[in-house]
Formats: sequence, structure tokens, C-alpha cells
Amino acid sequence: MGSPSRELVERIGAASTSVFRDMIEMVCFVGDLSKVSWRVLRKPSQLRWKETLYYMDMCGSQAVPIVLMICFLMGVILGFQAAVQMRKFGTELYVADLVGFSILKELGPLMVAMIATGRAGSAFAAEIGTMKVNDEISALETMGFAPSRFLVIPKILAMVIVSPVLTVFGDVIGIAGGFVVGTTMLGLPLMAYYNRTVEVLYPMVFILGMVKSVVFALIIAVIGCLRGFQSECNAQGVGRATTSAVVTSIFLIVIADAVLTIIFSLMGY
Amino acid sequence: MSNESVVEVKNLTVGYGDIVVLKNISFSVASGEIFVILGGSGCGKSTLLKHMIGLYTPFRGDVLIFGESMVNSSEDEKRKLMRSFGVTYQGGALFGSLTVAENIALPLEEYTTKTPKEINEVVQQKLALVNLDGFGNYMPSELSGGMRKRAGLARAMALDPTLLFFDEPSAGLDPITSAELDRLILRLREELGTTIVIVSHELDSIFTVADRAILLDKETKGIAATGKPKDLRDGSPNLWVREFLTRSKLKRDVV
Repeated sequence: MGSPSRELVERIGAASTSVFRDMIEMVCFVGDLSKVSWRVLRKPSQLRWKETLYYMDMCGSQAVPIVLMICFLMGVILGFQAAVQMRKFGTELYVADLVGFSILKELGPLMVAMIATGRAGSAFAAEIGTMKVNDEISALETMGFAPSRFLVIPKILAMVIVSPVLTVFGDVIGIAGGFVVGTTMLGLPLMAYYNRTVEVLYPMVFILGMVKSVVFALIIAVIGCLRGFQSECNAQGVGRATTSAVVTSIFLIVIADAVLTIIFSLMGY
Repeated sequence: MSNESVVEVKNLTVGYGDIVVLKNISFSVASGEIFVILGGSGCGKSTLLKHMIGLYTPFRGDVLIFGESMVNSSEDEKRKLMRSFGVTYQGGALFGSLTVAENIALPLEEYTTKTPKEINEVVQQKLALVNLDGFGNYMPSELSGGMRKRAGLARAMALDPTLLFFDEPSAGLDPITSAELDRLILRLREELGTTIVIVSHELDSIFTVADRAILLDKETKGIAATGKPKDLRDGSPNLWVREFLTRSKLKRDVV
């Protein structure tokens, strides 16, 4: 029987080792993946195009309606909240700045990443986990295939291609959301809002958002697949893997966002 | 039957984490033989199979397939070695996103230079072999359990391997389908000379197909008996072995 304080220390120790082990597995997975990616890069005929297109459709075109919807509302909410504050100072026109910068730099890529985590990341983990339960992963291996070439590379490639495209959609519709608030609630002239937006935004803001969206896409695809491969071979295991994929992805996305934002501001953007 | 061994297991010790499941196992499978790994539930027969086909790395010992080490080879060598045999999994393990025909065509597309037309011919031929003519365009989820198993067998045979592994081929099948599968296994050996390793505990099917069997014992973590199933049933000095093969305990309970 250990004392409560000793138990606490033991628990912290156990939790630390499990986090540490998880990090090691993550690094191993990424290392293994880099090796396979390099081979596919050198021999593009090894790429499974059919699967890649399937996932581009699943993660991309099928996500357009929800991305448009959520980003539009984000623009409206941002515009509304900004309007309430800016009105006090008589600086309503700056709503255009706030909405434009926030959407392009942060909320566009972030919202798309959150939607993709829920839609694609969870699906990747569940799919690979179920394949593991059904011995399909073992079958791939004993057929002499590297499972990641079939199961991971197409997903990563699809995500990295469609995520920036979705972000462009999200950016445009998000700014439109702010525009609707600005022109209706604040009564700003259409042209004034439009000119202000065009005036203050510069290409680099948009590019930074794109860089973020690519990094987020990588995180979502890699974590989704990793959690699927780590899944236990039963139904609950697949459920837990799916949850873990979503939680880990969101966590890492937010960390990556913070790091990228700091790097970009140090670079002067 | 020649005496050259196709599979050789040498002093194999396997397990998970700190738990040893099987200790110091050695046996070999001769070319053209139908070899059955028997044992009660949880004795490690599936674990043994997974080590033999290279999915897991053993604690100690070696597995030689066609004379080449499965344990001490590099990843690439291992992948190459794995292509030389076929594995049929319990549930078929067909890829759910591909049709049955695409499943069978996959190794052909990846490993051969055959044209799509030639591949299709091979696929039809393999489907006919397992009595699944006309099911090529079905998705695996549209097939029954027995059909999925047979489709899995067709896929395992796509590259015409001379060595096949079966994980519980008759588990979950009705007696008639199970008997059909037994006949298919015997036919494969007869027509193609395939060496076959089966993990099973279905007694009926074992007595029909097996040339030789090993019985794994959970208690000693080793091999309790080796030999022809009928001989073991009638003449093994080990009572537990005879009971296992006659289900005598079970009969006592029922009567």
C-alpha cells in the first residue's frame, strides 16, 4: 500500500513514460513514412493514383458545402463582434481589416483543418483500424507490400492537395461573411468595404495561410493514419483510435499554429 | 513427396511483451506436405503462424522459408521472401475498397509485367479454381463468409505460390462448405503440388486433409505430439493428446 503522494508520483511517472513512448512511435512512423515517400517520389509509378483520387474526392469536394457554411458564419461572427467594438470609436471601416487578416491568416486554415480533422482524420483512423481488425493490414504485409504505400501516402497526398484549395474557398466566403455584416449592419458602402479589404491585404498574408493549411493537412493525415495503425484489434480499440486521432490532431494543429505564427511574426509578417 | 523441407522452424521462442507463449519449438514441413498446427484455444497456434509468415519477430530462434531466414533478413529481403508464399486469413482479409477481381489482380499488377488482359485471364482462372466464377465484380461485403474465404484463397494463389498458409480455414463455416474447402485443399496439393500449412482445431477436417500434425500444449508451451492425426489418436502414449483428438472429455460431459 503506497501513500497517496507516492501514488501520485507513480501515476505521473506512468503517464510520462506513455507520452514518451507515444512520441517515439510518432517519430518512428514519420521516419518510416519518409523512407517510403522517398521511394515513391523516385518511382512515381508506385503511387496508387486511384486511391489518391478517391481520397481527394472524399476529403475535398465532399467537404466544400460544410467549409463554405462554417467559414461564412465565421466571417459573419467576426464582423459582428468587431462591429460592436469598432462602432464605439467610430472606426467601422476597420472591420474589413480585422475580418480580412483574421480569416486569411488564422481562421480560414484553422477552420478548414478542424473540419478536415473531424471528417478525414477520424475516417482515416477508423478505416485503418478496421482493416487491422480484419487482418487486411497483415494481408498487405504478407503480400510483400509496404502498407504505408497503399494506405498512408495516398491519404497524405490527397490532403495536402485539397486542403489549400478548401482554404481558398473558406477565405473567400469568410471575407464575404464580414462583407455582409459590414454592408448591412454597419451600413458601410459596398465599394468602401471592398476597397478597404483589397487595400490592406497583401499577397504574403494569403501565402502564410496556405503554408499553414499544408502543415495542418500533413498533421491530420499522418496522425489519423498513425492512430489507425496503433489501434487495438477490436471494436472498442477502433473507437478509441478514432477519438485519439481527432484529439491529437487538434492538439498538434494548435501547437503548429502557434509556432508558425511566432515564426512568421519574427520574419516580419 | 520429397524430403527437402520448405519451412523449417528452429528453436523458436515467441510471445508478447514479457509473456512467453511458446518455448523452443522446432519442426519442419516437407515439400508437397499438408501440415496442420493443432492446439486448444489460446495455446499460441495463430501466434506461431504469424511468426512463420514474418508478421512478428520472435524472441529467439529462426524460421527458414525455402532455406532463407525470415528473422535475420533485411526488410526488403523479407518482402521478397513473402511474395513467394500465399496466406489465407480467417475472414478472407479481402480489401473492402476493391472488388473481388481487383483484389486478386492486385499482386499481379504490382509484381508482374502482365497486360490488363492477361491479368484478367489469370483472375478468371483463379476464380474458377475456387468455384467463384462470375463473382469477380462483387464487393467483398456482398459475399458470404465462405465465399470471402475462398476469394482470399484465390488472391493468395494469384502469383502461383508453391507454399500456402491457412489460418483457421474452416472456422465459422457450415459442415458442407467446410468439406468443400477440404476437397479444394487436397486438389491444390494434387494438381499443383503445393505445400500447405494449416492452423486449425476442426477435427473432421484435420483427419481428412492432414499428412502430419503437431499438437501444441498450453501448459508446457511446447509440442505435445507430432505425427499423422489418426496414428496420434489411436496410439499416442499421451492421454491428453488422445483425448484432444477424440473429443473424449466433451463426449463424457454430454453423455
